[in-house]
Order: sequence, then structure tokens, then C-alpha cells
Amino acid sequence: MKRFRDEHLAVIPAYNESATVAGVVERVRERVPFFDVVVVNDGSTDDTAAVARAAGADVLELPFNLGIGGAVQAGFVYAKENGYRYMTQVDGDGQHEPQEISALLEAMAADPSLDVVCGSRFIVPGKYMAPVSRRTGIHMFAFLLSRIVGQPVTDPTSGFRLYNRRAIELFAADYPHDYPEVEAVLMLHNHRLRMREVPVRMFERGGGRSSIGSGKSVYYMIKVLLALFVGLLRRRVVPEPGEPAPVAAEHGI
Amino acid sequence: MDSSRIQILTVCVAAALLLGVVELVRRRRLLERYALVWLLSSLVLLGLSIWRGLLDWVAEQIGVAYPPNALFIVAFGFVLWMLLHFSVAVSRLSDQSKVLAQRLALLDERMRRQEAAHDGQLALEDEDEPVEDFAEGEPAGRVRAFRRTGKQ
Repeated sequence: MKRFRDEHLAVIPAYNESATVAGVVERVRERVPFFDVVVVNDGSTDDTAAVARAAGADVLELPFNLGIGGAVQAGFVYAKENGYRYMTQVDGDGQHEPQEISALLEAMAADPSLDVVCGSRFIVPGKYMAPVSRRTGIHMFAFLLSRIVGQPVTDPTSGFRLYNRRAIELFAADYPHDYPEVEAVLMLHNHRLRMREVPVRMFERGGGRSSIGSGKSVYYMIKVLLALFVGLLRRRVVPEPGEPAPVAAEHGI
Repeated sequence: MDSSRIQILTVCVAAALLLGVVELVRRRRLLERYALVWLLSSLVLLGLSIWRGLLDWVAEQIGVAYPPNALFIVAFGFVLWMLLHFSVAVSRLSDQSKVLAQRLALLDERMRRQEAAHDGQLALEDEDEPVEDFAEGEPAGRVRAFRRTGKQ
């Protein structure tokens, strides 16, 4: 299979990840050299942007911290405007193994009707150890989402995903805010986009701090649950052309 | 006697509120969009505190035994409405600032890319230039390399 540059984009959201981001960029360029690499620097206070640039990545510098959802959405907009056909997200903390991108690509190539291929840690059981509180939350969301979307979802919090053009355009227009992966699965379902999971290996975090500390797990679980139910009830999921602009509450009350 | 004293107080407060809002709009410190909520609520409060009959009628309709309490109920309703209004406004602003931040990052990246392309072109043009004006024996390539890095 022939692959061209300018078709595949790897987006690496990074917030104060100067210790690991260069390694991630280098590994992506080494393992999947036909991917363009863009690092989204989410308002870091360290030299993440300079390190990423030195490692040979393009860098989108957000002027202040938007959170993971806003940072990844910047990547979607970049992919959309530069005409990329496929986009993958690789976390800047070294948790995702860039070599596994090939597995995502193969799954997408094998079934062209797929819009999103999601790397899951839990299809092959027992390999990945997260703190119990996190795992409980993940499995609860997995259970709920599987019921809602009517297909098995084992790892709804995994950000290690490959998106095609349709998914890129959808999420460039509207991507959930914080802890967005769970709600994104629901959005895919609402828009009749097809998703499949493939097993991937993931590492423990290489450095920096997780965006979700263990103490905040419960808070995030409640927040994501709320987001899920709001997502279920949303009236207008993504504005169609000619509808009001995609800005929350354009008309006030 | 007590009820007329509270009436004086509420009239004064409502009038001060109304004047304050009008003054803020006049000085363009408050957008008309948000001033509307404030103007409406202060007008209603003023009307209710002046017109005891109206307040008594409202109290009777909603089943409040002591009419001045009805005033507080109405005021509380307005406060709730305004808080919700501001939450909506804050949500809209944060969404707009998110879009602006993303757009800024994209434009910044594009500008860097074009500057890099422009610099590359300049460097290429440099290489086409004749090099007679350099001193004899000077390795021209090194000078050019210095000039290029000097640009950074």
C-alpha cells in the first residue's frame, strides 16, 4: 500500500511535557515516517514548544491552557484545514506506543466503512494496570456506553485513536471539553459514524502529571456522567450549514 | 409604621439601583444587552415598592400573608434569573475565547511556516549571487553560512 506525506497527521497534545514530548515526536517520526507531526502546546509554562520544535514537529501554540478537549480540537481544525485524510492522537506523556499506529491504520484499511479506530487497553485483559479508582470509572463508562451505542466499547477513555476525514470534520466543528473521549464516542454514535476498537499496548506514564489525579477521579466521573446524559439529551448536536454559529447559547435566555 | 419604613427603604434602594444602571449604560460601562435585565428588574422593584396596592394584590395571588415578603420573593426571582443569564454569558464567552485561542494558534503556525519558507528562499537567492565582493582567500561558503545563522 502506497502512502503519501500530507495525508496522515499525528496530533500530540502536550501540557508541561517537556521531559517526554521530544521522545514521543521522535518515535512517531521513526515508526510511522509518513505521518506529519504536530504538537499542540496547551499553554505550557515550561519549554514544551521549543523542545517539540527542536525535535522536528510543527507546533500549535495555544495562548493559554484550554484543557485536553480544546487542545485536541485545535488539532482537528488543523487537520481539516490542511486537508489531511487521516489523523491520529498520540498523548505527549509517552503513554501511547507510536508503533501501534500501524495497527490502527491496518484496521482502518481492512474495513473502509470505519470512521474511527480506537486503541483499547482492555481487549487483551490483564496487561494494563491503572489505579483501581480509575479502572472502576473506565469500566463503568464502558458498560454505559456499550448499552447506549449498542456495540461493545471496552476502553472509552482511550485517546489513542485514528480518525478519517468525516470524523475529522465532525470533531473540528464540535469536540467535547474536558475528558472528551467518552462523550466523543456518543457523538460518533449520534452522527452514525462507525467506530471499532483494536487491542493496543500502552505504557505507564513516562513523566509529567496525569490530567486526572486519583483524588479527582470521583469528581471527573460525576462530571463525565453529567456530560454523557446531557449529550444524550442534546437537541442540536452539531449545527448544520445555515444554522446559528457553533457557540454555546448564542441567544442568551 | 414598620411597613411604611420598609417601603421607604425599598423605594430608595430600587431608585438607587435604577439610577446606577442608567448611569453605567450612559458611561458605556455596561452593554445594553445586559443592562436590559437590570433595568427591567429595577423598574419592577421600584413599581412594587411604590405601589403598595399592587404588591398586596401580588401577595394575595401567590398566597403570601405579609405583603413585603412578596417583594423579596419577586426580587429573589430576578436574582436567580440574572445569575442564570450571567452563567449563559460566561459559557458563551469561554466558548468564544476557546475558538479564538485555537484560531490564533493556527495562524501563528501558518505565519511561522511562511516565514521559514521566505527565509529559505532568501538563502537560495544568496547562493545565486556572485561572490566577488568578498575578500580574496576568504572561504565564501563560511561567510554565507554565518550570515544565514546570523538571521536566527
